[in-house]
Amino acid sequence: MFTPIALEAKNLVKYFPTGHQGLLGRPTKELKAVDGVSFVLRQGETLGIVGESGCGKSTLARLITRLLDATSGEVILDGKDITSIKGRELRAVRQKLQMIFQDPYSSLNPRHSVGQIISGPLEVQGIIPDGGVKKRVQEMMELVGLNPEHYNRYPHEFSGGQRQRIGIARSLILNPSIIIADEPVSALDVSIQAQILNLLEKLQQELGLSFVFIAHDLSVVRHIADQVAVMYLGKIVEMGPSADVYASALHPYTTALLSAVPVPNPKMRGASGRIRLEGDVPSPVDPPSGCRFRTRCWKATDLCALEEPALADAGGGHLVACHHPMEASERAGKPHSDR
Amino acid sequence: MSSQKPVLIVENLSVSFATPDGIVHAVNDLSFVLHEGETLGIVGESGSGKSVTAASLMRLNNSVTATSTGRVVVAGVDVLSASEADVRRLRGSEIAMVFQDPMSALNPYYTVGYQIAEAYEVHHPEASKAQVNAKVLEMMTKVGIPNPAQRADEYPHQFSGGMRQRIVIAIALVNDPKILIADEPTTALDVTVQAQILDLMLALQVENGMAILLITHDLGVIAEVARDVLVMYAGRVVEKADVEDLFEIPTHPYSWGLLGAVASLEVSSRGHLRTIEGTPPSLLNLPSGCAFHPRCSFASENGSRCTTETPLLVQKGPKHSFSACHLPVERIVEIGQKVGN
Ligand SMILES: Nc1ncnc2c1ncn2[C@@H]1O[C@H](COP(=O)(O)OP(=O)(O)OP(=O)(O)O)[C@@H](O)[C@H]1O
Ligand SMILES: Nc1ncnc2c1ncn2[C@@H]1O[C@H](COP(=O)(O)OP(=O)(O)OP(=O)(O)O)[C@@H](O)[C@H]1O
Ligand code: SF4
Ligand code: SF4
Ligand SMILES: [Mg+2]
Ligand SMILES: [Mg+2]
Repeated sequence: MFTPIALEAKNLVKYFPTGHQGLLGRPTKELKAVDGVSFVLRQGETLGIVGESGCGKSTLARLITRLLDATSGEVILDGKDITSIKGRELRAVRQKLQMIFQDPYSSLNPRHSVGQIISGPLEVQGIIPDGGVKKRVQEMMELVGLNPEHYNRYPHEFSGGQRQRIGIARSLILNPSIIIADEPVSALDVSIQAQILNLLEKLQQELGLSFVFIAHDLSVVRHIADQVAVMYLGKIVEMGPSADVYASALHPYTTALLSAVPVPNPKMRGASGRIRLEGDVPSPVDPPSGCRFRTRCWKATDLCALEEPALADAGGGHLVACHHPMEASERAGKPHSDR
Repeated sequence: MSSQKPVLIVENLSVSFATPDGIVHAVNDLSFVLHEGETLGIVGESGSGKSVTAASLMRLNNSVTATSTGRVVVAGVDVLSASEADVRRLRGSEIAMVFQDPMSALNPYYTVGYQIAEAYEVHHPEASKAQVNAKVLEMMTKVGIPNPAQRADEYPHQFSGGMRQRIVIAIALVNDPKILIADEPTTALDVTVQAQILDLMLALQVENGMAILLITHDLGVIAEVARDVLVMYAGRVVEKADVEDLFEIPTHPYSWGLLGAVASLEVSSRGHLRTIEGTPPSLLNLPSGCAFHPRCSFASENGSRCTTETPLLVQKGPKHSFSACHLPVERIVEIGQKVGN
């Protein structure tokens, strides 16, 4: 708890205009992609953010890294809100905050050599490191497990996992302190996923990095995160120390999400306490009143439609936004408890 | 295991593609049997030949550059050498397929009801309009689409990803096929929707007794639904086992790596994910001997055999597992017991 704060998000909101243009040329509706998200990332720690497709994870990542402008809210870095800074100040922030993307195929320019790609951020920032650009790039390649002799090769000559290493090397070249990784292993095979996850852990330890790690795969996040936040329709519905969230999920949605992950152990097949959610996620243009999860929640009551539950501490820094959180007895027989 | 009737027999199937860079050996000497009502899983990494195998079973690798050898027998017909009319008769009625991307399997310009009806009429030209309509509603209800009468008139883009996959399943099953090939049917879906679709497929299987060939790269999905499993690597089956045996005592070094690399929900394994070093080989230029040898940490235990001699798929260990590896059986069992759960 006394670890210093690396980054803080306060009530971040992003609405995208959508629908037909109205009389005055204004969009008629808003898509509420991120709707009031707050969290604290501590130095040297990993905050995992999970949730299903469309819940706003990538939008959140883009708000934090200033690839998108927030509708409202703050992102505090070194005691300062960075949501409206510009020019030189923004460039300085970009040096500290780097992003790794999901798709190792489309996020690298096919016409640039690996050396050019990895050194790109140096060029943007106008930095010439001691010993020269090439030396620095080759150090980075070495660090992420690429052969430094492949400096002049092109992305198509590398496999998916190697391309993701190129992306990681690029994100590290400016010595950032914070990395926002948006589904960095989702497009990779399991054996390659494991290589990249192990690499990220190693880099975190060696370089003291803080990570925001986004995934829709709960098992991947569990492996790497200290804290985990679960999102549903633009909001965090549960957040806390990973061990707590995984062992005793409080929000019905988290419980359902955990329950839906296939367990790589045939003996667990058909384990009791399996929860199957019905239906689909509602549209973020017109989210349900009160609790946004209520249309799929088996515990919903009238109160849930009337009043939005606030994200509140249920003890030990384990936050949940629910009028009727899960009780220990309801989780009995759940297949994912710690052994 | 084999008391039931075989519905699909694959013998020595090999598929290669001629490309400007050379010949891609996508599937090499693959054999297996699928029985009535059985669920066989095929698992392997990207490029291991899973989809090419699936497509061969319905003779869909029909590009001029593709060469297929071996036999694929469905309802007494060799799919690879049969006439186009015979293969068309099998498709849909004996063997049907569900793909990863439901959007590519549906025509965006026709209503979903029309597309289900069309699939039915191919094999039931005599059916009346009323019969066809009743069938469409029956199928939509079966796959769990609410308000089927109303939604039959909607277009694919009006459905969510999970609902679209339900429609694709309705189309695949409308003629009551004996074999359903599902190539990564849930990979594009969220986990909660994946669970719904897998449940649905299994429920429909119980209802009509079809055999399912489920292709996936997700060992979790395999563990949840398959009864028997083929593990593929570089176009070959490297292990063939009952699902419980595979997870209890895996018998191939590649399976050991795959199982170790799964980031499981069950145990937090921070910093201890075992990995398989390196990357899958190029199919243009397969490594000599055992194709896995450049990534295998046990290759050195067998002298030069791993680099010179392709291992055959033979029975290994106390269970009825088959694997293609030169390691002595005792060594395989020793390590397999440590890796398994
Ligand atoms: N530029 C944009 N304009 C309009 N809507 C957008 C834009 N970017 C994202 N959205 C919408 O905002 C919502 C959140 O999208 P976002 O990409 O953040 O989700 P996500 O959680 O990253 O999903 P996934 O797991 O599929 O990557 C979605 O409904 C999406 O369609
Ligand atoms: N028409 C084709 N021409 C040339 N090569 C092909 C063709 N179709 C497939 N291949 C190659 O055959 C190999 C096996 O491909 P396949 O699609 O079966 O892999 P897969 O196991 O299904 O992988 P994934 O998990 O990525 O779907 C790949 O190397 C692929 O590039
Ligand atoms: S607030 Fe109500 S509807 Fe929302 S998750 Fe809790 S019980 Fe369910
Ligand atoms: S045959 Fe040799 S290289 Fe292949 S898996 Fe067995 S030990 Fe490894
Ligand atoms: Mg995203
Ligand atoms: Mg495939």
